[in-house]
Amino acid sequence: MISVGIDIGSTATKAVVYDGWIIGKAMEPTGWDPKEAGLRAFREALDMAGIKEERVGPIVGTGYGRISLPIFTDRVTEITCHARGAHHLNPATRTVVDIGGQDCKVISLNEDGSVADFIMNDKCAAGTGRFLQVMAGILDVSLDELGELAVGAEPVPLSSMCTVFAESEVIGLLARGTGKGSIAAGIVDTIARRIQGLAGRVPLMETVAFTGGLARNGHICEKIALYLDTRLHVPAEPQFVGALGAALIGCEG
Amino acid sequence: MTKPKTFSEISTLRERNALAVKEAKEKGLRVVGTYCLYSPAEMVMAAGAIPVMLCGTSQNPVPAAEKVLPRNLCPLIKSSFGFAVTDTCPYFHFADLLIAETTCDGKKKMYELMGEMKPLHLMQLPQVQDEAALSNWTGEMKRLKTRLEKEFSVEITDEKLRDAIRLANDERRSLKEFQDVCKNNPAPISGMDMLTVLHNRGFSVDKREAIELVDRLTAELREMADNGLSPFPPSTPRILLSGVPVGIGSDKVVRLVEECGGSVVCFESCGAYKKIDPIEERGDLLEAMADRYLRIPCSCMSPNEGRFPLVERLVREFQVDGVIDLTWQGCHTYNIESYSLKRHVRETSNVPFLQIETDYSESDTEQLKVRIEAFLEMINRSKRAGSGEDTA
Repeated sequence: MISVGIDIGSTATKAVVYDGWIIGKAMEPTGWDPKEAGLRAFREALDMAGIKEERVGPIVGTGYGRISLPIFTDRVTEITCHARGAHHLNPATRTVVDIGGQDCKVISLNEDGSVADFIMNDKCAAGTGRFLQVMAGILDVSLDELGELAVGAEPVPLSSMCTVFAESEVIGLLARGTGKGSIAAGIVDTIARRIQGLAGRVPLMETVAFTGGLARNGHICEKIALYLDTRLHVPAEPQFVGALGAALIGCEG
Repeated sequence: MTKPKTFSEISTLRERNALAVKEAKEKGLRVVGTYCLYSPAEMVMAAGAIPVMLCGTSQNPVPAAEKVLPRNLCPLIKSSFGFAVTDTCPYFHFADLLIAETTCDGKKKMYELMGEMKPLHLMQLPQVQDEAALSNWTGEMKRLKTRLEKEFSVEITDEKLRDAIRLANDERRSLKEFQDVCKNNPAPISGMDMLTVLHNRGFSVDKREAIELVDRLTAELREMADNGLSPFPPSTPRILLSGVPVGIGSDKVVRLVEECGGSVVCFESCGAYKKIDPIEERGDLLEAMADRYLRIPCSCMSPNEGRFPLVERLVREFQVDGVIDLTWQGCHTYNIESYSLKRHVRETSNVPFLQIETDYSESDTEQLKVRIEAFLEMINRSKRAGSGEDTA
């Protein structure tokens, strides 16, 4: 049975077509229309798999846009999906750290891959992809460049976790002539500390998987691993873990 | 699914009672407003006055409160103050006197300001539950008695007090029996409806009438349970809601849990299961009252040893599948205690535990849904695994 998982996140929409293994996948910016983004990612992933829509069985939606598409045969939260996906990719996984566009979460897994406990950030953007995006914007660099800038630089301590306050703090630092590298390093430190704070609330058992788009950034991975005092296992395509989990849950019925 | 007949009567109780308070005032009766479970309603009744709960569970007056109070204060305090300052709570409006307690820091400092609007009697609540505290708190009971006697030119005799205690104990019995119908699996009433009853009966002017109503509802619910009737399908996850007080208007989390496919079967909070322990009629009545009230397991106590065994017992008695500990933003005491409560639940009950920190506004509804749905998915998956029909 062919199943599809579609993860409509606040920033990116991901689709995975699964038939015993991943036969198609696609990623689209979510933009202002999560429905349209979901459909686009769906069609693109089907194209890549080279199959027609009629052959698809379950279509499971996840992410904040999971309510928006009528084609979904089931809706499951991203917490359950990330756990399922990460466990499938590496059955030794007992903890998942996921940083998404508007939230971050630490999920603790039972041996069979089911969720044992989880913690999510509050409604503010501290410690999320959005925080880094805003900060990168002030420094006028891309997210990837932000990581590169931070490498080897002495981090300037930022006292504000809050995106709005951190923004004015960074502007103040720039005005005082603090180097971009130090600020970038300070920003990365801030997010790593935030994850460390969250992770203290659930038992952090190895193996720890790091998912979400930020996991592609080597420097950020290193910093978070340092603060969590553990090794982080980053899947080959960390953004697709939630969509994969959704597809897997779909074919389980 | 039809609701019990009596439910509709209770669901309009708050509005009807606002009029009843007005009429009672016109007849010359005195009204005493309270906010907290620590306020001894018996004493007010023994003074021949009407004790009423004051409003504090709606987001509406919060912006008005924030003109005076800091924004990062708990919404319950802001809402209570906001109702008072905008004169939108009929019960506050008609109250001759307020009874308040030094529970948490936020409340006691807010009461200083509220005291400028209405006569307010502040009871100095000890924050520990030992012999010395009991003696102090008994002294506070005496001080309240004197204040009420002076304020209303009455004498509170032992006989009047005993009658009031008996009536209040009967109310506690009635509320316990009502809540205990949800020990049935599935529960014959939703958490939202249970909350409506618990909330509305607090505004009742005639205690006996309210007791009779709740008893009638309980009887109807028992019959429904005997016939296996429930608003929920079998195997709906059963949730214990612990933590801060909730009411109509601050029911967001209860509503979301039930919209997402759970059933709130028990509220550990002040208006609910924390309320039901009777006063033991023995020896000095004031000391007996002080003893019962001091034992309330509120997070303002340090240590607050009574709350952990209470939650543990409720998890067992109500066959709970998960505990959601609700804390209002800015409520430091419940917020901090959540850590120890989670540890205690994990060690003693092995049921999943979720802390939710929020306020009265709707701004985080979607984020809360993710947590609550994920929590229910977690419970459902482990239930399926436990019953051997797991799919993984």
